Amino acid sequence: MILSAVTFLPLIFALALAFWPNERTLRHLALGFAVIEFLASLAMLAQFDSSTAALQMVEKFPWIERFGISYFLGLDGLSLWLVLLTTFIMPIVLLGAWNAIENRVKGFLISVFVLQTAMIGTFLAMDAIFFYLFWELSLVPMYFMIGIWGGQRRIYATVKFFIYTMFGSVLMLIAIIYLMFLTQETLGTMSASILDFYKLKIPFVGGQFFTLQTLLFFAFALAFAIKVPVFPFHTWLPDAHVEAPTPGSVILAGVMLKMGTYGFMRWTIPLFPEASEYWAWLFMTVGVVGIVYGALVAMVQPDIKKLVAYSSVSHMGYILLGLFTFNHFGMSGSLYQMLNHGVSTGALFLLVGMIYERTHSREISKYGGLASVLPLFTIAFFVITLSSIAVPMTNGFIGEFLILLGSFKAEPAFAYVAVTGVILGAVYMLWMFKRVFFGEKGELVKDEHHPLHDLSLRELCVLAPMVLMVFWMGLFPNQFLDLSKASIDHLVNDRTNYQLVIKGQNDLGPETKTAAISTQKTGDAQ
Amino acid sequence: MSQQTLMAILIFAPLVGFFINGFRYKKHSAEVAGTIATGAAVISFISALLMVIDLIGLPAEERRISVQFFDWITIEKLKVVAGFTIDQISAIMVLVVTGVGSLIHLFSIGYMHHDEGVAKYFAYLNLFLFNMLLLILGDNLLVMFVGWEGVGLCSYLLIGFWFTDKQKATAGMKAFITNRVGDAAFLLGMFVLFLTFGTLNFQEINHLVPLTSELTWLAPITMGTLFLFIGATGKSAQIPLYVWLPDAMAGPTPVSALIHAATMVTAGVYMIVRLNPLFMAAPNTMMIIATIGGLTAVMAASIGLTQWDIKKVLAYSTVSQLGYMFLACGVGAFGAALFHLMTHAFFKALMFLGSGSVIHAMHEEQDIRKMGGLKKYLPHTYLTFLIGWLAIIGVPPFAGFFSKDEILWQAFHSPRGHWVFWAMGALGAVMTAFYMTRLMALTFWGESRFSKKIHPHESPMIMLIPLFVLAILSAIGGWIGIPHVISEILPGQPGNFLETWLEPMIKTVPGTEHAEPSLEWGLMGISVMLAAISAMTAYHFYVKDPSKPKKIAASLGKLYDVVYNKYYVDEGYFCGIINPLVRLSKGIWFYIDVNFIDKTTYVISDLVRGSGLFVRGIQNGNIQQYAMYIGLGVVATMTYVLMR
Repeated sequence: MILSAVTFLPLIFALALAFWPNERTLRHLALGFAVIEFLASLAMLAQFDSSTAALQMVEKFPWIERFGISYFLGLDGLSLWLVLLTTFIMPIVLLGAWNAIENRVKGFLISVFVLQTAMIGTFLAMDAIFFYLFWELSLVPMYFMIGIWGGQRRIYATVKFFIYTMFGSVLMLIAIIYLMFLTQETLGTMSASILDFYKLKIPFVGGQFFTLQTLLFFAFALAFAIKVPVFPFHTWLPDAHVEAPTPGSVILAGVMLKMGTYGFMRWTIPLFPEASEYWAWLFMTVGVVGIVYGALVAMVQPDIKKLVAYSSVSHMGYILLGLFTFNHFGMSGSLYQMLNHGVSTGALFLLVGMIYERTHSREISKYGGLASVLPLFTIAFFVITLSSIAVPMTNGFIGEFLILLGSFKAEPAFAYVAVTGVILGAVYMLWMFKRVFFGEKGELVKDEHHPLHDLSLRELCVLAPMVLMVFWMGLFPNQFLDLSKASIDHLVNDRTNYQLVIKGQNDLGPETKTAAISTQKTGDAQ
Repeated sequence: MSQQTLMAILIFAPLVGFFINGFRYKKHSAEVAGTIATGAAVISFISALLMVIDLIGLPAEERRISVQFFDWITIEKLKVVAGFTIDQISAIMVLVVTGVGSLIHLFSIGYMHHDEGVAKYFAYLNLFLFNMLLLILGDNLLVMFVGWEGVGLCSYLLIGFWFTDKQKATAGMKAFITNRVGDAAFLLGMFVLFLTFGTLNFQEINHLVPLTSELTWLAPITMGTLFLFIGATGKSAQIPLYVWLPDAMAGPTPVSALIHAATMVTAGVYMIVRLNPLFMAAPNTMMIIATIGGLTAVMAASIGLTQWDIKKVLAYSTVSQLGYMFLACGVGAFGAALFHLMTHAFFKALMFLGSGSVIHAMHEEQDIRKMGGLKKYLPHTYLTFLIGWLAIIGVPPFAGFFSKDEILWQAFHSPRGHWVFWAMGALGAVMTAFYMTRLMALTFWGESRFSKKIHPHESPMIMLIPLFVLAILSAIGGWIGIPHVISEILPGQPGNFLETWLEPMIKTVPGTEHAEPSLEWGLMGISVMLAAISAMTAYHFYVKDPSKPKKIAASLGKLYDVVYNKYYVDEGYFCGIINPLVRLSKGIWFYIDVNFIDKTTYVISDLVRGSGLFVRGIQNGNIQQYAMYIGLGVVATMTYVLMR
């Protein structure tokens, strides 16, 4: 029950908000709801058994039996922390957006909660169609968030965001349907369960693109790559971020991008092991290109928010690189970096939002000397900057170190290129920091008609958990990684024949039969 | 008290100080903030002292106190523990850092008295000390790296302490980014070593090092050590990454003394000494280290000859002296490197604090052309600076003489040495004697050249006490490492305490032969003589005949300009790397990101839209047009059927 509760509570909250009569207390109510949801997810954490890689707390009911589609929720070490990241960030977003959203508050809050259900569902759904539903559902509220509460070019940005990501996911849908037919052929009954997908032995021919596994692999990979976004599919991101309202940016960067990298981990890599291995060089290449490219472009951005957006491209490049190392270091590092990026980039967008609320500008050149005016804000921004450039004792370091170590082990050439990201990251962040916070006071800072006020108590409450997490995750990574260890080990060690079982249900009956598809089928596909 | 508790106090006292002062960052009282911070530093020093006393009580082969706090990162074979070790090497370093650190904290109370951000200053200073202790005491490379980046961060904060000045903020940024280049290499070095040895623990790595040396360049130990050394060139300001250190003088002077002279910048040397068995197994790396060290020693000293800013002279001097330490490491004289690290910490901290006292007295004037004759105004500062001067130019029996002489001798005599290395060191020594004498002459001797409005005043006691203590250490600190040839003729024949102490920890170069004492005496005599002549020349130039230097500079013409402008290295970096990189990035953003990748998506969407428009055009509801399409279709079908 707990997984259903965690997944669908936000939807119920959204409904409750829709019928809540009192406009003034809406925000308080929403915040309360988000906290309740976070507590629910903590209860889920408390029940988690870290000793097994099997799916836990599984809820599985037939849904559309004719096609083998089921209501199937399950939790393991790969999804655990992403769900917690989502529930952790939501109250912060709501508190942070207290004044950022002024009109149509109700609609906005409803969007946030619907989005939360969609994101958590994406991480927990273990049925392909069910997963796809959540995956696509997440687009809708974000579409409205950017389109209604966004900046000047919000319509352009939101349409671009929607169509771009939609394009990728449609291909994934085709692949999913194809896989369902394959299950019917090999297992006898049609199924959309990921456990049955894992049992498929999809023929792979290296060197030929138009073969079954390669095509399916790319259909999934493209959908996820656009979501991440992987270079060169990233151009929707800066537009979406710049136009999105602060809470939208935080959710987008903090959680939604991880749906893509999670997709690689849960679906692409274990479903298509041979193709993943064969094409690893390609994904590692676009990963390192993304790292360097994102950093270089971030360096010359005149707009702080765009800078942070491009830095995301760079950071997500690390995650992709780590995933395709297929070793413990790279994979653990990637999983960790997903959380780090959620915290640090989420916090950066919050901070940029806070200063934007004060001056209504994000142009770096108009700032300068903020440090002497807003000391607390400066300290918070600095700590998050450290996390973003991966200084040891912050969370970012653990992720980057493990990913780089993993890639060095897998293929040193990639690590040599990726390590320049360590330098470039410091360059773009510190250069921006210098121009905004140091030096003489810029035109916006010395404006006597609008004296700037340092962080309010509300803003402190928004940032304190983020700062706390930066150091907690940097100093005690084992507390986090230990819970995912079994799942990561399983993924790394048994990648070529990856199977998942449901905890406490080792005998899966006739379904366990794995059968190779006849060569006849291969011929058809070619 | 258990060793765990003692170690915790030693490391975390400064962190507590940081938090206390950090939370009262708005307060202005230098006394309160300074007392808290200095107290924290002194507590660390006392704990360190107690631990070293414990260490001395242990038998020589088992001198090691290890404390493990918690498992930091555990993934597969990677097991990194937050563990700390005091052994013979870290004992020396920890005493120097906490001892000199405490003195500089004390000095700062006087120096930063009028600064508004004094609480913040002391908070940073304590944070630095904490990170430095992590660096020194960490028992594996990753914990060392935590401190390694941490001290860089504090250096960034303290260089840019007066951040409203854009230049100072830029200097801080430059320091951090230059260091990051080194740090990236350090990371690669760790990766190579981890994949080779399966551990990052110092003791385990040193234990696992094979007995045979690697002879090829791409072998793992050679590559790993080379990467680590690149890391060291960043932190310890060696060619090609030394450029940040002179700029780092933008920070408050006590910071220059603590971080940019005595402690942080020696981290690279310390790291190499810590891993000396590993470096020993990579002769190629050693050769590179010796060469870079020697070149840096000479090049930085030559720049020091021409600078007018009192702190810049000392900064280049620091770079040059660090070069000596690397030279020593490179020829396998790790003990000598550590020895010079220690004596240098004494006399260079002394001289930096002395310059702080001078700058304080001169109301923030740093140009030595506008000083002169300060001897009579600042008698105590002068006296201590004089001892520092004697120590650095290597006058026996002051501290610098013993350590520098040891390095020169080893550079010549060690099987990994070469007479060229000795010559580089000797040339550096000659130049050092010259620019240091020049500095003394222009600052303290000769005529006063400052305006009548300035009335230099001697610094308060709180600033003088650290100077006195450091002066004593600079005078006698070298006596713990008296070479055998000298101790033989001294009454009582004192042993070389340092050598005995370090002996279990330091690998000696295989094949070291016993040398003729006469050779050692001869070389020693030559270098001391050369330095003395050089110092006297400088004295003559800058005190007796002040017009001479200008004439010489003029006669050198272009050459002088090149040296004065620091060989245009900064300009080279700007033209060769930084500006092209920014231009490239702007190009990528404009041409590739906006006008190619994004445009391509537009082309695709336009295609879709275009085909939609086309189809819309066809189905326009016009019956006659539909009839025409039907007719055309019929004709086409008929044609196809009939023609077939």
